[in-house]
Amino acid sequence: MKMTGAQIIIETLIELGVTDVFGYPGGQAINIYEALYEKRDRIRHYLAAHEQGAAHAADGHFRASGKVGVVFATSGPGATNLVTGIATAMLDSVPMLAITGNVPRSLIGKDSFQEIDITGITLPITKHNYFINDIASLADSIREAYRIARSGRPGPVLIDVPKDIQMAQYDYEPQPIAPKFDNLHAAQADIALAAKMIDESERPYLYIGGGAIGAGIADEIAAFADKTDAVIGCSLMGISAVSTDCPRFLGMQGMHGRYASSMAQHNADLIVAIGVRFSDRATGNTAKYATKAKIIHIDIDFSEIRKNIGISLGIVGDVKDTFERIAALVQGGKRPKWMQFVDTLKETEASSAPQPDAMVPRNVLACINKAVTDDTVIATDVGQHQMWAAQYCRFNKTRKFVSSGGLGTMGFGMGAAIGAAVAAKERVVLITGDGSFGMNLNELATAVSYRTPLTIVLMNNGVLGMVRQWQTLFFKQHYSATTLGRKTDFVKLAEAFGAQGYRVSSIAEFEEVFQKAFAVDGPVLIECPIDKDEFVLPMLPPGGSMDDIITKAEVAK
Amino acid sequence: MSKFIIAVYVENKFGVLTRVTSMFTRRGFNIDALTVGETESPAYSRITISLSGDGYARDQLINQLRKLFNVRKVEILERGSSIDRELMLIKMKNSKDTRNDIMNAVSIFRGKIIDYSQDALCIEVTGDPEKIDAFIGVMKPIGIIEICRTGIVALERGSGSILNK
Repeated sequence: MKMTGAQIIIETLIELGVTDVFGYPGGQAINIYEALYEKRDRIRHYLAAHEQGAAHAADGHFRASGKVGVVFATSGPGATNLVTGIATAMLDSVPMLAITGNVPRSLIGKDSFQEIDITGITLPITKHNYFINDIASLADSIREAYRIARSGRPGPVLIDVPKDIQMAQYDYEPQPIAPKFDNLHAAQADIALAAKMIDESERPYLYIGGGAIGAGIADEIAAFADKTDAVIGCSLMGISAVSTDCPRFLGMQGMHGRYASSMAQHNADLIVAIGVRFSDRATGNTAKYATKAKIIHIDIDFSEIRKNIGISLGIVGDVKDTFERIAALVQGGKRPKWMQFVDTLKETEASSAPQPDAMVPRNVLACINKAVTDDTVIATDVGQHQMWAAQYCRFNKTRKFVSSGGLGTMGFGMGAAIGAAVAAKERVVLITGDGSFGMNLNELATAVSYRTPLTIVLMNNGVLGMVRQWQTLFFKQHYSATTLGRKTDFVKLAEAFGAQGYRVSSIAEFEEVFQKAFAVDGPVLIECPIDKDEFVLPMLPPGGSMDDIITKAEVAK
Repeated sequence: MSKFIIAVYVENKFGVLTRVTSMFTRRGFNIDALTVGETESPAYSRITISLSGDGYARDQLINQLRKLFNVRKVEILERGSSIDRELMLIKMKNSKDTRNDIMNAVSIFRGKIIDYSQDALCIEVTGDPEKIDAFIGVMKPIGIIEICRTGIVALERGSGSILNK
């Protein structure tokens, strides 16, 4: 059937099962939006306030649903505004299709109005990208992009389509969705060796990351830990891969990891790392990282093996397949001494709980934990509030924690939470801070327009708390450019956007307002005052090891 | 630090060389030389990279190359089992006092004089990079005007093709 390039783009997306796209129109995307209009009953478009928000929404949509996120933008500034969103997706292995319009080919290379080389700009932050030079390759390029985005280790792919190609006519024939590229099948000898190493270990620690979420092996990991008396810890990206209620789950490890989790890892004699990449925020000083442990590293991406850290055994393969095959070979056994040691760590950790009614982040999060269901998605921005959420939020199902890990993108939260709400079709909670929220609060307009069920919990301490914490600890309390001194009235701000806003001053009040928000049709903002010197603890100093762990604020000051 | 030669088959498409070199920049690889050209198949170009580094740098470079979508094949060409060549054009000052020294060196290094004028002569030398370096060493005291080197091209010895490996 003859179609325009713009129609081919929309038809191909429908063919690939895309139902929701996020974006922002413009001069060089207008034909795509015309084709979208014709198919508005098949594919729903969400107009963001800014392309960055749209890109984060596509990202959040994937994190909550597992479906490839799609974002549209026009040429020039539309395309460059996607950059932070694409880089965020790249660093966290989020599959995304970014489709941009560009000036007609006759105007390429002439510094035409709103012309930008977006394939050049996004080269290092995409898994692959395309500049469409020939309408004959348009549909297949989109199909291939979709396939690349979701195969192996997922990632974003950008497709730049000049306007004359959007307008040209070409035959379109629907195709079945191509399967993912073959996943690597780990060698049986490595599987057997891993099983042997696990059985011979005395203090096994399962270290799980984002790769375990994609694999969907929460129950298998929990059962494996039971069988072997192993404990489970995770990276930031691994949160919600295993139920936080699982008694063997110790939580996040690393720079701001839970005490018991980081300490158990430090003392383990075997770390089984599943779908993680040993980021510097997770390991601290690699020379002093887990020196007592052998490490088995399982990952789909061969280039992660021995990239950041020396290991004993690297197994490249599909995480689910590899893990299940190892689990089948492991004999299992009881390790009472290890369990006893871990229990002591847990007791030490429990003794640091705050007064139950104090207006502190941990108590706010405890209220949220009580009020939400297992299906609630919790999104965050980046900073102290994010680390508190990572430490204390409860998750019982996979894909419920939406947070920017690798790039650490302040301003991620609003867009991502909206995208997650579109996917989840139920109320999403965004935990944010006044710094991060200030970066992309324009998306409150989007949430109001679409009556997005979104509860924004704004922890307001009036400072850029994470940087301030470093300044307190390592820069002689020189609070350079971290004291905001703003006069923003967040309640009025929410109301000005057409949302509901509340300011609470006690935990009891927060509990009541947070509960009430569930009945609201649309976004609700709840501002919680937080002390500016509240610390994220424990903390490993940058480049430090577990020997340098800071667990008490008094010591810190 | 040792020297490595890596041969890469890439799809013969617009922008592929940029993808490869952009990755080097992003990952902080320091490349000694890089050549690219057509191959026996119109579908592929061959890139030859020489790099000095330790085993970690070599493994990282290979892994990151293999991750690029348009890269079809990456192979290390080991010194003993491969042949490598480089071509250099070098322009020298031509004077009565030095002409004989230059001519002798060109003959010993099996070079060719490819351009001759009153005050300059241009020489073509082919060989492995060490031979080229040695020739430059001989020419330096005489007075070099300009040098242009192609960078290494290399093939495995024997009847195989790395594409079919």
